[in-house]
Amino acid sequence: MDKFTTFTGVVAGVDRANIDTDAIIPKEYLKSIKRTGFGAALFSDWRYNNDGSDNPDFVLNKPEFKTAEVLIARNNFGCGSSREHAVWAVAQFGFKVVIAPSEGNIPAFADIFRSNCGKNGLLTIEMTAKQVDEIFQTLEKEPGVKATVDLENQKVTVHAAASDQEYRFDVDPVLKNKLVNGLDDIGLTLQYADDIAAYEATHG
Amino acid sequence: MSKTLFDKIWDAHVVKELGNGEVLLYIDRHLVHEVTSPQAFEGLRLAGRKVRRPDLTFATMDHNVPTDENRMNITDPIAKAQVDALTENAAQTGVTLFPLGDDRQGVIHIIGPEQGIVLPGMTVVCGDSHTATHGAFGSIAFGIGTSEVEHVLATQTLRQKKPKNYKVEFTGKLQKGVTAKDMVLKLIGIIGTAGGTGCAFEFCGEAIRALSMEGRLTICNMAIEGGARAGLVAPDQITFDYVASGNRVYAPKGAELEKAIAEWKKLTTDEGAKFDHELTIDVSDLAPQVTWGTSPGMVTDVTGEVPALDAVPEYSPADVRAALDYMGLEPGMKMTDIQIDTVFVGSCTNGRLEDLREAAAVIKGKKVAKSVRMIIVPGSEAVRYAAEKERLDRVFVDAGAEWRYAGCSMCLAMNPDKLKDKERCASTSNRNFEGRQGKGGRTHLVSPAMAATAAIHGHFVDIRELL
Repeated sequence: MDKFTTFTGVVAGVDRANIDTDAIIPKEYLKSIKRTGFGAALFSDWRYNNDGSDNPDFVLNKPEFKTAEVLIARNNFGCGSSREHAVWAVAQFGFKVVIAPSEGNIPAFADIFRSNCGKNGLLTIEMTAKQVDEIFQTLEKEPGVKATVDLENQKVTVHAAASDQEYRFDVDPVLKNKLVNGLDDIGLTLQYADDIAAYEATHG
Repeated sequence: MSKTLFDKIWDAHVVKELGNGEVLLYIDRHLVHEVTSPQAFEGLRLAGRKVRRPDLTFATMDHNVPTDENRMNITDPIAKAQVDALTENAAQTGVTLFPLGDDRQGVIHIIGPEQGIVLPGMTVVCGDSHTATHGAFGSIAFGIGTSEVEHVLATQTLRQKKPKNYKVEFTGKLQKGVTAKDMVLKLIGIIGTAGGTGCAFEFCGEAIRALSMEGRLTICNMAIEGGARAGLVAPDQITFDYVASGNRVYAPKGAELEKAIAEWKKLTTDEGAKFDHELTIDVSDLAPQVTWGTSPGMVTDVTGEVPALDAVPEYSPADVRAALDYMGLEPGMKMTDIQIDTVFVGSCTNGRLEDLREAAAVIKGKKVAKSVRMIIVPGSEAVRYAAEKERLDRVFVDAGAEWRYAGCSMCLAMNPDKLKDKERCASTSNRNFEGRQGKGGRTHLVSPAMAATAAIHGHFVDIRELL
């Protein structure tokens, strides 16, 4: 897994709540034997017309968002099935971060989706509904606006024309350590490569 | 301190304690098949990692391969893509592959023991829940998911917490015609399909000692159907003789084998070792078992009846009703009145030579009932060759059964061998879930001898009456 380093990228907003994993990647794309190639399938029912052509109205088809790296949406993002293909699709489109708001009992992200994100280096950031509203308003006025995401200092800065908008966020320290150091479970275990080699040396 | 067999093998494989009860467990053998491995290999490649021990990793195609004459031309493009991917992944990483068409190809859990890949005292994993099979050698064997497959490929270890110890003792002597399959179905009928959750079974007692390796493999195979990820049997002379016999290419030979056997003899549960759970089953009066529902725990004696809705302790009346509706059965029906139209002999549960001999002995000189289609799918190509050498194929074909090439076949119907809607099958496989053998298909789990008897009569018959 790549280390999560501070970056500045275009913010794209999909202004919906309860975006489920079927919407993120429909089931006909799950038959692949690969873990790659899912980026083109992201949001495919919204993104493409029935004849396969691009739907020009969908946000990710607009030229200024084709290289977006920060995705912002409404609450309960990633609900539905456990398919890790959904996370692969978001990440392989080019997103490094997904931002969503928690409101009362409704979480920002569905549990399994969030957990799958952690295994794939995709950072989920939970904000308040008010903060997310503010970012959506900025996006509307300034499409193509960029944001800097600094995981080390747990800070998102939206570079609006008038002035920077800064948002601090919380993150699970274990997950933060994993992402900042680019460690997946395999990466963590490989820290013990010497122990494994020593075991092998004494156990034929 | 006294230790169980499971704990001895576990402790010998701990590379490092990781805290909170988690350990890094060394894996001696990693078995791989075409369906759960492609994304794991892909993940490895994307991360720029290598297979740490290709020499400890063995692969074959079994789940989706056709078993008929045209098996080399896979027409399902997705199945073909998975088979091709495994071929390519094995070639790129140096993993040993027994490809379709190879003499050693077959169901992964049949060929592991057969080739001498799995031996006593080992840890064995595979991206398949029936990996428990290999516990029959006195090894720790369990199924894992695709992410863990990748973890093992990369590190030859897994991060695991130790399961609890569950002792299952089978006392007494089996009647003629009653088999290992009946023993394990009886166990699951008693404890239910979640009874062993979080545990590893140790199967012991005189009825286990009396079983061949094939029978022990059948029992351990279905540990997962009782909720346990692993089940094991302490090795003894029967185990050592099995390893020493046949053409077990990867097993030690000569002086090396003698040395290994001396070590394997230590693989027993110590006197006074504590188990978390214990159960004793007397098999003296055990009748052949037949499942009537859509879970392996929904099982009864062939001499019995389809139970009343409220007469099945492990399942609610609603569950029983739903199962009977799916199965097209009613409470009070005699098990021997259930008419079947398909018989499947094969799978990692009952696809070994001894199983085919058992079925052939019943069917020799008789005919499969006109209303019944019977398919025999050897668990491996080596089993097929051995059976053909004994002319078992002639026995089956003369009786009107289909003789096939090796694969998982109708156990899970990922290949073209499927039941049609409402077809009813006497099957030697391991799962009678809804749709398992084809959408709408109805499965009754039985032993090979009981399956063969049903094929002749068109309904279930107590095999003991015919002996």
